Amino acid sequence: MRRLERWLPQIVVAPLFAISLFFVYGFIAWTVYISFSKSRVLPVYELAGLARYEQLWATPRWYVALSNLFIFSSLFIAGCLAIGILLAILLDQRIRIEGALRTIYLYPMALSFIVTGTAWKWILNPGLGIEHLVRELGFTGFRFDWLIDPNFAIYTVVIAGIWQSSGYVMALFLAGLRSVDDEIIRAAAIDGAGPIRIYTRIILPIVRPVFLSSVIILAHLAIKSFDLVVALTGGGPGYATDMPATFMYSFAFQRSELGIAAASAVMMLVTIMAIIVPYLYSELRGGRR
Amino acid sequence: MNRAAASGIVRPKGTRQAVLRLLLFAALALFALYYLIPLLVMIATSLKTLEETRTGTLISWPREITFEPWLKAWDSACVGVRCDGLKPYFLNSVMMIVPAVLISTALGAINGYALTKWRFRGADTIFGLMLFGAFIPFQIVLLPMARTLGALGLAGSVTGLVLVHTVYGLAFTTLFFRNFFIGVSSGIVQAAQIDGAGFFGIFFRVMLPLAPPAIVVTVIWQFTQIWNDFLFGVAFTVGDSNPVTVALNNVVNTSTGVKEYNVDMAAAMIAALPTLLVYIVAGRYFVRGLAAGALKG
Repeated sequence: MRRLERWLPQIVVAPLFAISLFFVYGFIAWTVYISFSKSRVLPVYELAGLARYEQLWATPRWYVALSNLFIFSSLFIAGCLAIGILLAILLDQRIRIEGALRTIYLYPMALSFIVTGTAWKWILNPGLGIEHLVRELGFTGFRFDWLIDPNFAIYTVVIAGIWQSSGYVMALFLAGLRSVDDEIIRAAAIDGAGPIRIYTRIILPIVRPVFLSSVIILAHLAIKSFDLVVALTGGGPGYATDMPATFMYSFAFQRSELGIAAASAVMMLVTIMAIIVPYLYSELRGGRR
Repeated sequence: MNRAAASGIVRPKGTRQAVLRLLLFAALALFALYYLIPLLVMIATSLKTLEETRTGTLISWPREITFEPWLKAWDSACVGVRCDGLKPYFLNSVMMIVPAVLISTALGAINGYALTKWRFRGADTIFGLMLFGAFIPFQIVLLPMARTLGALGLAGSVTGLVLVHTVYGLAFTTLFFRNFFIGVSSGIVQAAQIDGAGFFGIFFRVMLPLAPPAIVVTVIWQFTQIWNDFLFGVAFTVGDSNPVTVALNNVVNTSTGVKEYNVDMAAAMIAALPTLLVYIVAGRYFVRGLAAGALKG
């Protein structure tokens, strides 16, 4: 009995760890294996070397997905940082209704984009939304039809993405700004530094770690973006707004090209790992001290 | 020195200060409007008659308020070929979320406790390996998960979704509880051990009574994530077993017949209500979850 008691922690953790080994690492291994196999409609366990990857990289739609991911993530990260930091600084000015404003700025994170996308679709719809509204105001030549324009549709995804996630960056930076020692700020103020100078030269450099974590979190969100695209454009017009996440889904479940789907999923995983593993490692290291 | 100077703003006195303050509030209000507009558009449109959705504009408030679209979205709008509204799918989501949230939270609690208060060899490595599961793109597990659910006879079922959400929620729930328990003094554990309490005795009688803050954050986080999930729902369920998010997407993208935007918006509001209410009531706990998601727990 005593012996059993001694091992209880391990006995409790073991099955949970086993679940994670099977459903995370086992499944990753399976998908990686399939990506090197001859699988098409059904999984086949005969290896085919890099054939599926060659096929993937010869698919024009994959290039569309990659270039969209590049456009989306750079504008999304830049936009969220700009708006998030600006809002954090504005909210840092001892506003009495700060709590209510923070709630408003952050609620898009609490709702599914399948829900809010319904509203965005309507707002961006040329016949019903902003274009219609501005024309009703008398500017009859006004055009805003990015949603249905293959060359511009991806930018509507950017607009909605920034709307959804910039509040998150605001919250991260606000917490960072609040943690800066008042003494430093006071000393700078006594030396005659103005508010803008205090923020750009003193406070923002101090909260530099928040920049790093925000960029990593945003990049991670960008690569995983799925609901956003499905709800807003469904990947269209055509596949003009496809991203790796929707590309993988569509090849796996609609076109039944398992090998290519697995290869694209592996590309996504590798990209995320390159971003997240060093971050996790340093965070856990730091936390141990 | 007073708090005004300390909070970082050196404020010149007089009119200039008043003008700056006014600009500040104007900017904050404009941003509030930017975030609120989609929600306001949804609410306003969902209360309009179909006629008015065509004649009015985006931001016009309904001339006469009607709840018809809400009723229709709830029990007679068409999702694919079935015209029973969102009701059955809403119930699917409820059936899915209750067990998934409870099980993943309970397992995360005991796991977080065992990993922090009984630091056996390899505990940190195990935690690190499990944590990674919270950050993988789920596309990498979709194909094997679909096959596993098939092999277990759970393909296309709500029970299958409970399993999926429990398994992939575990990394986050463990993270929340680990971050919490790591801050609880180990002296308490040692004292309880001297009193003869064992592993489970300490967990139930000492740790859990301390843990409500962590439990609330975890439950709210899991509730929001699972209710809002779309990827697993669309990949692993078909038709009748769809969760509400998938059904909503089908309602909105149904292209047959007259497009009833007011019903679409009402359906979106219905799907949003549970998470919206939780956010309004307990938003600060949700924000703590977000902060822990950034690993600064």
